[in-house]
Amino acid sequence: MLKSRPGRGTGKWTKAVAFLLCLAPFARLAWRFWMQDLTPNPLEFITHFTGDWTIRLIVATLAITPLRKLLGVPDLIRFRRMLGLFAFFYGCLHFLTYLWFDKLFDLHEIWKDVAKRPFITAGFTALMLMVPLALTSTKGWIRRLGGKRWQQLHRLIYVTAVAAVVHYYWLVKSDIRLPVLYGVLVAVLLLYRMVTSVTRRARQSAATAKPAPASP
Amino acid sequence: MLIRKPCDLRHADVTPKPVYLDRRKFLASAPAAFLTARELLSPRGRALAGTRLNNVTKSPFSTTEQMTSPDVVTRYNNFYEFGTSKNEPSRYAQNFKTSPWTVSVEGDVAKPRKFSLDEILKLAPIEERIYRHRCVEGWSIVVPWIGYSLSAVLNLVQPTPKARYVAFESYWDLKQMPMARPDMAGIEFPYVEGLRLDEAMHPLALLCVGMYGETLPPQDGAPVRLVVPWKYGFKSIKSIVKIKLVSSQPPTTWNMANAHEYGFYSNVNPEVDHPRWSQAKEQRLPSLFKNHPTQIFNGYASQVAGLYSGMDLKKNY
Repeated sequence: MLKSRPGRGTGKWTKAVAFLLCLAPFARLAWRFWMQDLTPNPLEFITHFTGDWTIRLIVATLAITPLRKLLGVPDLIRFRRMLGLFAFFYGCLHFLTYLWFDKLFDLHEIWKDVAKRPFITAGFTALMLMVPLALTSTKGWIRRLGGKRWQQLHRLIYVTAVAAVVHYYWLVKSDIRLPVLYGVLVAVLLLYRMVTSVTRRARQSAATAKPAPASP
Repeated sequence: MLIRKPCDLRHADVTPKPVYLDRRKFLASAPAAFLTARELLSPRGRALAGTRLNNVTKSPFSTTEQMTSPDVVTRYNNFYEFGTSKNEPSRYAQNFKTSPWTVSVEGDVAKPRKFSLDEILKLAPIEERIYRHRCVEGWSIVVPWIGYSLSAVLNLVQPTPKARYVAFESYWDLKQMPMARPDMAGIEFPYVEGLRLDEAMHPLALLCVGMYGETLPPQDGAPVRLVVPWKYGFKSIKSIVKIKLVSSQPPTTWNMANAHEYGFYSNVNPEVDHPRWSQAKEQRLPSLFKNHPTQIFNGYASQVAGLYSGMDLKKNY
């Protein structure tokens, strides 16, 4: 996280590009809103559009750690916070679409939905778990919590990712191909972490243990 | 059971097609050339490409509510044979071959018969019926369908006393509908639907051959479909090739896919929630807001509620 940066200029430049790329879907949505080009069912279109970008960015955030190792580009870490915050941003737009256009801020109806309908409960959980992560995403909070505790807290993103996939899977009517695709991606990314954590531990315990006599 | 409402709409009240298509207003507003090109290239400019239907009479069953633009009705379709996204059927059904076409009416009937489309078109006088159409997903439209009561066909083949239900079947052909596969769409094919015989004989149940003054576009179920306005849209089966009268309740596609969520009756009912969402409100497309109250039997209670007297509508969803 706090690694020294290679050429400062390049760092700023690539980050600005990444920021604009993450903002592009929102710009596109705003443009289509302005042009009244939101398909015959604007509510469904905005809901799906913002939901799609939320889950894509969650997957992208989770992909950073494996990609750093596999591609040998540790510097990718610089983009992780931005991707996570954008996932939260699109998740908030997704939720706002539901609150405003679908439910017209009818709190009673919203509460009934969250309590009664599993797919909404799953989606709501996924978003709520991102709130503490967004709040503690600053350098100041990393310092305050301490690296280790901060890292533990931020593992909540794993739960968010699973809940988001479940939310998607439960909401589709019959064509499950896309939610299954995201499910596989999240499963692979989480499995990668399990495998690396097990091997890391094994290596650590091997290192701390007394050197065993060579086996015959 | 049936309360006839006086006809409160005259032909002059129907919004002319050019206004619907917005073409004139659009060209008159002199926008950027880029936008004109986009409009002409997009499917919007040619919402309907069917043949004009003549001698269409008005129906007392029509609602006075504002009709939905054909632009919406032809670009937003649930027709899984041509893709599971709403915008796919309008793209992938364009070359759907609907001629020659035969509808076989068979089963527990005295006079089973195969009808050509021409015969179907001439079997009874065609009327325009402006119906509310409510999808189980929570959106609704108001469509000027063209056709006649399904009972006209059923009476012609003379159901035997054994007949208690009517089973319908859609056309299915992987060559023309490469996406109509269970592993892609998540439902079985061919698409099948069913009604109780008394429901099918109800005058509101429409055998539909057109809309907005023209023959049906492929994505809306050409050349002949069912429209059952008091039930959720998926009961209104498209592109019908078989109508079979049977003695027991026939299987229906969405019920087979998920019996918990889609019942055989599927009458529109704001009080019976879909397991995953409330059915109390709907969006009148293309509205952004889901703020239109849903009515029991989609507003046709005075005509059809009698069909279900004594039935628990929560249990028989």
